[in-house]
Amino acid sequence: MIGHIWQFTYIAAALAIIASIKWLNSPVTARQGVLAGQVGMLLAVVGTLMRHEIVNYEWILIALFLGAAIGAPLAYLMPMTAVPQLTALSHAFGSLAAALVGTAEYYRYTTAGENPGAFILTALAIEILLGYLTATASVMAFAKLQELIPTRPMTYQGQNFVNLTLFAGAVAIGFWMITNSAPPWAFPVYIALSLLFGVLLIIPIGGGDMPTVIALLNSYAGLSACAMGFALQNHLLIIAGALNAASGFILSVIMCKAMNRSFSNVLFGAFGQAVASSGTVQEARPVRTATAEDAAMLLESARKVIIVPGYGMAVAQAQHKLAELTEALVKRGVDVKFAIHPVAGRMPGHMNVLLAEANIPYDRLVEMEDINDEFPETDVALVIGANDVVNPAARHDKTSPIYGMPILDVDKAHTVMIVKRSMNPGFAGIDNELYYAQNTLMLFGDAKAVVTAVSKELPALVGA
Amino acid sequence: MSIELELSIYVFFLAIALGLELVYRVSPLLHTPLMSLSNAISAISVVGALVIAGSGDAPTLSRVLGCIAVTASTINVVAGFLITDRMLKMFRKGPASVAKSGAPAK
Repeated sequence: MIGHIWQFTYIAAALAIIASIKWLNSPVTARQGVLAGQVGMLLAVVGTLMRHEIVNYEWILIALFLGAAIGAPLAYLMPMTAVPQLTALSHAFGSLAAALVGTAEYYRYTTAGENPGAFILTALAIEILLGYLTATASVMAFAKLQELIPTRPMTYQGQNFVNLTLFAGAVAIGFWMITNSAPPWAFPVYIALSLLFGVLLIIPIGGGDMPTVIALLNSYAGLSACAMGFALQNHLLIIAGALNAASGFILSVIMCKAMNRSFSNVLFGAFGQAVASSGTVQEARPVRTATAEDAAMLLESARKVIIVPGYGMAVAQAQHKLAELTEALVKRGVDVKFAIHPVAGRMPGHMNVLLAEANIPYDRLVEMEDINDEFPETDVALVIGANDVVNPAARHDKTSPIYGMPILDVDKAHTVMIVKRSMNPGFAGIDNELYYAQNTLMLFGDAKAVVTAVSKELPALVGA
Repeated sequence: MSIELELSIYVFFLAIALGLELVYRVSPLLHTPLMSLSNAISAISVVGALVIAGSGDAPTLSRVLGCIAVTASTINVVAGFLITDRMLKMFRKGPASVAKSGAPAK
């Protein structure tokens, strides 16, 4: 039997979406992957518009244009350092859409007085819960990343108890709705609880944990699209949602591993407590400082330099100046590489994007496992705006909150240069013994200013 | 359990398995673009939004919610794909170092 055209369009859309993730595995085919994804999405939309259930086109077209008119400037006007915020915001819109569709469907069933059955109601309940909580959680993540609200973890007594009670309440009402015997007020309360839970979920999470959280929210958004697929019996939604859920899940697992923490620890055990315990015993210990001129001399005479960028580089927008410095050193025959820690920055792979923006070729960017063996033979390790990911305490100090976290072994380099604004401890509030080490030189100042100064001090190129 | 439901569950698990398999292979270099691409793909909920916004028999409130959902998911789609492409455009291989073992970190 011949089906409807839209069914074939959906199958083609699903295949294109699968291909798009497949092609993303290498930088060579990645842009092809984006194209495939766009084709897939276009097929999905066109196929849907051909369905006979759809009779009103005016509203839809207005809504589509409005969405495109808001989305395109967002993508083009945001600076590259704001990619984590933009992704969070985009999540918020996507999951809000899923939640609203669930709400609309549920409302349609209740006003028509039909009972779609426990299965569809379960799918709708999950879709609505995940959709709303991801929407508000993403908005909160956006606000933290954009520093509209303090990025430090906000904790209070009994926080986990409040959150879990709230969540349990939402789940209980969800069950009530599934049995189709819930009173009319239950549904709005369910929505309100889902929204509130999303907000409370992010409050205790610090900026340093954002990579994990954004990945997790990505996964939730995928799951809510999946749930919608179950509710509407639509396999395209299930496939696309599942791919997205899998991707978010893997990324958050990778981020957790890179911090040696568990999911529950990231979500419920804010780093906040650590701040109080450490830092109290620290006295002023001597550190060795260096001028831009010293640094330039050391870099210029080095054979091998590894640069370790962190979020501080992004904040200072130092990547372009760093690219100039890199180029100048490469011209002088220095082997320059960048060591990328998986959780450096505010989302997975954040540093790679910033360095690519500054035109640094991606074959200079090396992942942690591949570069750690190279530090002992490295003349200068230049740390810019990174702190916890190079803290040797993670290897040996069992009392340190970051104990066990895989780090970049910069302390094994002959000389370590650290560009830092001041001696204030980093994001997690943990002091770093690396600063007091014999082979460490501190370069105090704004990352961008320091890098610019060092570039200027480089001796003129012989024969240039 | 209906056949349709059974089929949906099969599809779900196969897609999850495929997704895990595919995403494991993505180079850490591209994790940010991966996230924004999958973010754009999660806006597939635009399909459900279109159906409810355009349907003739849904109550007005449902249709209004559907239209808002169409707008929201279109923002998600457009912003997600454009930013991914903008990022990927910037990734380039070094001209000098093409000769040496070029494979970026797995």
